Amino acid sequence: MQIDIISIKGLCFSYQGNEVLHDITCAIKAGDYVGVVGPNGSGKSTLMRCLLGLNRVDTGTIELFGAPQAAFTAWERIGFLPQALQLFNPNFPATVEEIVRLGRLSRKRFPRRFDSTDTTATTRALEVMGISSIRDKLIGELSGGLRQRALLARALVNEPDILILDEPTTALDPETRESFYATLQDLNSNSGTTVLLVTHDSATVGIYASKLLYLDKKLIFYGSFEEFCQSSSMTEVFGPHSQHLICRRH
Amino acid sequence: MNLTDIIHYAFLQRAILAGTLIAVLCSVLGVFLVLRRLSLIGDGLAHVTFGSVALALLFRFQSVYTAIAAIPCVLLSALGILKIAEKARIYGDAAIGIVSSLGIASGILLASLAGGFNVDLFSYLFGNILSISPAELLVTAALFVIVLLAVTFLYNDLFAITFDEELAETSGIRVDRINAILVLLTALTVVLAMKVVGIMLISALLILPAVSALQLARGFKTAIILSVCLGVTSVVGGIFASFILNLPTGATIIIINFFLFATAFFVRKLLR
Repeated sequence: MQIDIISIKGLCFSYQGNEVLHDITCAIKAGDYVGVVGPNGSGKSTLMRCLLGLNRVDTGTIELFGAPQAAFTAWERIGFLPQALQLFNPNFPATVEEIVRLGRLSRKRFPRRFDSTDTTATTRALEVMGISSIRDKLIGELSGGLRQRALLARALVNEPDILILDEPTTALDPETRESFYATLQDLNSNSGTTVLLVTHDSATVGIYASKLLYLDKKLIFYGSFEEFCQSSSMTEVFGPHSQHLICRRH
Repeated sequence: MNLTDIIHYAFLQRAILAGTLIAVLCSVLGVFLVLRRLSLIGDGLAHVTFGSVALALLFRFQSVYTAIAAIPCVLLSALGILKIAEKARIYGDAAIGIVSSLGIASGILLASLAGGFNVDLFSYLFGNILSISPAELLVTAALFVIVLLAVTFLYNDLFAITFDEELAETSGIRVDRINAILVLLTALTVVLAMKVVGIMLISALLILPAVSALQLARGFKTAIILSVCLGVTSVVGGIFASFILNLPTGATIIIINFFLFATAFFVRKLLR
């Protein structure tokens, strides 16, 4: 039986008096590849930020690996890749290797020191992402695609149980985007990594993900693609053309 | 008079030792502050130091106690900057501006109550490292050990929050706590540095070695090591140059720093 990696019950979140998320209840199981879709401002990124503790929820509960979110400490089990870095400085003087190795800090307790196992894990993450040759390059010198690969390597450096990706392909060209999705598919199929992918690209998510979570401030749909494609109520929500686009693989 | 003669002066030995310790701290912290866009926090805290020094001089504290008396005031102001930015929902630079102007206004009022600006206050405004006493050197060394140990133990946490706060938070790092420690360490360093370059020029000692190193560094550790080398070179070079040429030490240190920055800038242009 699949265990719940993430369990959300009755989650509500407001920002400056406006309700952004209303009564969200769902569970992400080990091995799932969930595409989180919805219109702009539907609360997709906010939901991810709530899961990671970056936003404090008003009501409701979040459990990560069975532990309440506020008490969760096993951050090495979660790899996070944001849409963009908060205040990315193109002149930041850190190499790709240094940035990828930073991901290992979640395993450390004070004083957080790196050792040879961290170097081995960093080398492996760079190899998995096919970016070993640029390990000594400065992060700011990379193209958008390579930088996202480096940050994905950072998210993968602990071989996490779940990857949370917030619109990771927005800045990528179509070719790099396909290759990025193929890497995620490989991680999910061959390594069993659970993937939670926020995207505005409903058509693409239909190709790769096994489940769909449709959000519009509240949970409109959460289930397998088979359920989604056969649901007449979803045809009413999306229209037959959009539903067909999402379901073309399934 | 040659260099070997000069080095035998006890006051110069103390100045070089204290200057080197403070240059190391300013250069290390400067890299984190510049990259976190907190460059001017040194300036703001220096202005608070001015107010604290004016208060200490009003009560006729001895020189060594003036710096010690300034420490709690500057530490509280450092935390105040963070709290104002958080609670009043304003950017850090505006919070620095508020605390900075409050510090300088208090200093002017207190100096006025004390009967105007005197020689002591001017020595803090413009620095006078050649007059550093053995007791002040001891205080400097003690605070140097505290700040350097804290930076050494928290190096990776500081590196992580400097790169991206949210990524750091999702690695289990308490970002608010590390931010508070960074500004507190900066506050201690500012108090130490006022004797070297003076309150007016402290922020330059925090910013210039760091930005010069960032012109050339290809790695985070390299940036810190380079910043320390440039900072120490400027302070030691400035002390010697000012003594030989009979110039104000603080200003000489900053001018040397500027030349180092210009050199690093042009070397970077040439290497590209």
